[in-house]
Amino acid sequence: MVLTMFWGVAAFTAGVVIAAQLVWPQLSFDSEYLTFGRLRPLHTSAAIFAFGGTALIGTSFHVVQRTCRAQLFGGAPLGWFIVLGYQFFIVIAATGYLLGITQSKEYAEPEWYADIWLTIVWVAYLIAYLGTVLKREEPHIYVANWFYLAFIITIAMLHIVNNLTMPVSFFGTKSYSAWSGVQDAMIQWWYGHNAVGFFLTAAFLGMMYYFIPKAANRPVYSYRLSIVHFWSLVFIYIWAGPHHLHYTSLPDWAQTLGMVFSVMLWMPSWGGMINGLMTLSGAWDKLRTDPGLRFSVTAVGFYGMATFEGPVMSIKAVNSLSHYTDWTIGHVHSGALGWVAFIVFGSMYYLVPVLWKRPAMWSTRLIGWHYWISTLGIVLYISSMWVSGIMQGLMWRAYDELGFLQYSFVETVAAMHPFYFIRLLGGVLFLSGGLIMAFNMWRTVRGDKAQAVVPAATAAVAA
Amino acid sequence: MFIRHEAIEKNAILMLVLTLITVSIGGIVQIIPLFTIESTIERVDGVRPYTPLELMGRNIYVREGCYLCHSQQIRPFKDEVERYGHYSLAAESMYDKPFQWGSKRTGPDLARVGGRYSNDWHVQHLTSPRAVVPESVMPAYPFLAERKLEARDIARHLKSLRSVGVPYTDEMIDNAAADLDAQVNPDADPTALLKRYPRAVVGKFNSQAEGVTEMDALVAYLQMLGTLVRISDIPPERLRQ
Amino acid sequence: MSTLVSIGELLSTLWTVWAVGLFAGIGYWALRPGNRQRFERDAQIPLNDER
Repeated sequence: MVLTMFWGVAAFTAGVVIAAQLVWPQLSFDSEYLTFGRLRPLHTSAAIFAFGGTALIGTSFHVVQRTCRAQLFGGAPLGWFIVLGYQFFIVIAATGYLLGITQSKEYAEPEWYADIWLTIVWVAYLIAYLGTVLKREEPHIYVANWFYLAFIITIAMLHIVNNLTMPVSFFGTKSYSAWSGVQDAMIQWWYGHNAVGFFLTAAFLGMMYYFIPKAANRPVYSYRLSIVHFWSLVFIYIWAGPHHLHYTSLPDWAQTLGMVFSVMLWMPSWGGMINGLMTLSGAWDKLRTDPGLRFSVTAVGFYGMATFEGPVMSIKAVNSLSHYTDWTIGHVHSGALGWVAFIVFGSMYYLVPVLWKRPAMWSTRLIGWHYWISTLGIVLYISSMWVSGIMQGLMWRAYDELGFLQYSFVETVAAMHPFYFIRLLGGVLFLSGGLIMAFNMWRTVRGDKAQAVVPAATAAVAA
Repeated sequence: MFIRHEAIEKNAILMLVLTLITVSIGGIVQIIPLFTIESTIERVDGVRPYTPLELMGRNIYVREGCYLCHSQQIRPFKDEVERYGHYSLAAESMYDKPFQWGSKRTGPDLARVGGRYSNDWHVQHLTSPRAVVPESVMPAYPFLAERKLEARDIARHLKSLRSVGVPYTDEMIDNAAADLDAQVNPDADPTALLKRYPRAVVGKFNSQAEGVTEMDALVAYLQMLGTLVRISDIPPERLRQ
Repeated sequence: MSTLVSIGELLSTLWTVWAVGLFAGIGYWALRPGNRQRFERDAQIPLNDER
């Protein structure tokens, strides 16, 4: 039974690996491409939905089967339908972007036909996941599954409400949103912020609550804290959307509500961070020997940093400077690269040898290289964006001694140039790290002799 | 009776329902009042649905992802008001499906760009941005000036917008194709168009090519942005939300 | 829609009470000494899954 489950999971995760490898090349980004307007949704969707989403589906199937001691509900056919169906969604959405087919709602760009297909796949996902939880042999539902479940159900709700549209014709791609103007803005950012909250945070916290204890071989620091973490995060996050709309035509009461909750959000976020980090107390030496775990732990560190920066930026006074600038872009990437990508890397370095029954990754040294190159890439990226963002904001509002605006807009554009180059450098470094990982993974899966100390033979026999 | 959390954590369905309730509260409290509180959208005169040509131009604006670098939302700060004009009103985007407020200013705000530059400037700038503004990082869109506007199903666009709440009349829908032509064709009579869509800007927007090009539509849209509401005519108390 | 509106109005007055109640409940439950042992057992779940 365990073996069957094992192969089922291995198969699903193959989808993850392939998809993720296809995605990394796209993680290189900068504005020198010709039509930024079409490539940018491609980049965000590839990073969030293709890379992040596929990793989540893969790991969630693994985690739910392991922690419930049950095989996936619906078995391999349903599992494959979800994985492949989701890939198909990504393909039709991405080709649409290049052709200029977009709803122009950030992180919800796919048009109505892709949205409907995603809804079908997502319901199947919910059924498979919930079904597995329901038939579990373990009496308690492990906390990682709570986070995954909340992610699945909340994304379903957000997706459906935000994407209500009226197609112009059945055979055309164009549709018009059911919402308009200020209400549309509120609904979009209610969606947009919680795509961050539940897709990029809650779900990846589920990942954290399984893979960090696994890799460290210790239970989570405080299980009680994880429960409080879950409920407070789920309750508070959903309110934070209006901080994307400070000082706009959105009524003040909604902006204030958004700000208050965004600041409150700092507490559960740091609760979670402490919980993740303290899991390692007494096992810090593992960080030296296991670079995969180092990824996960650094991810939690970046999570803490980004979730501190976020509430600060949601304060209206700060936001008046930071909004519309590169500061926001830097913030997003410290979350996306530092937290999301790193926790995925950490989990993958743990999971790949387990699934393919290898004693370890092919090269531990390459993991170390990946780690340092990526970290340097992130640091370059976010620090250049801090500088350029704050500079941009200050230049826009600068006055000369005669009381005129000091800089024309285009002067501020020219001033950004060096920082855009540094940012590109950071992106290239991060991408190289990804390629190193892909290579390492390929050698591991192919079964090349591991350079690690563990003898390969024992594991092979056990399989 | 006190519900034991043990019941929740062992019952996946109950947990799912409670999670859903917990996440719904925030959304309901923040979103629903925006539809019910009347002062959310200021009562100002002048806002009207887009003309067929403007609508097509707006769709090109959406298609090319302009919103990713250009906001259409001026905040009430001294420097922004001086740079871009009066701060944006909710009423001004009440027929925008979807809204184009944007979140990033890699380029300047466009909420009130209408009438600031000539048609020829826009055509030149879109065809070759750096020929006009050397420091610009905007992509070039030369193909817009050559490509004919595909607008055979324009009436259907208006109809589907009406079904989601934009007040297009039967008359507007019946005359959609004619109105589109009247706004850009120098030989046509724009009287009826202007009656249906007050303050519409009429003219051959793209002088580089014959017929109606995508460039004509896009420039027509840019030239009307922020021009519908005459802010100076509005008593201040009407601007309160 | 009208039911949604009335729910919305009710919630906008009661949500703070609900939130405080919810968190007090969760806090009480999570920190109650009687539950300590059970949580320690539950935390072991991911480590006991190799069978």
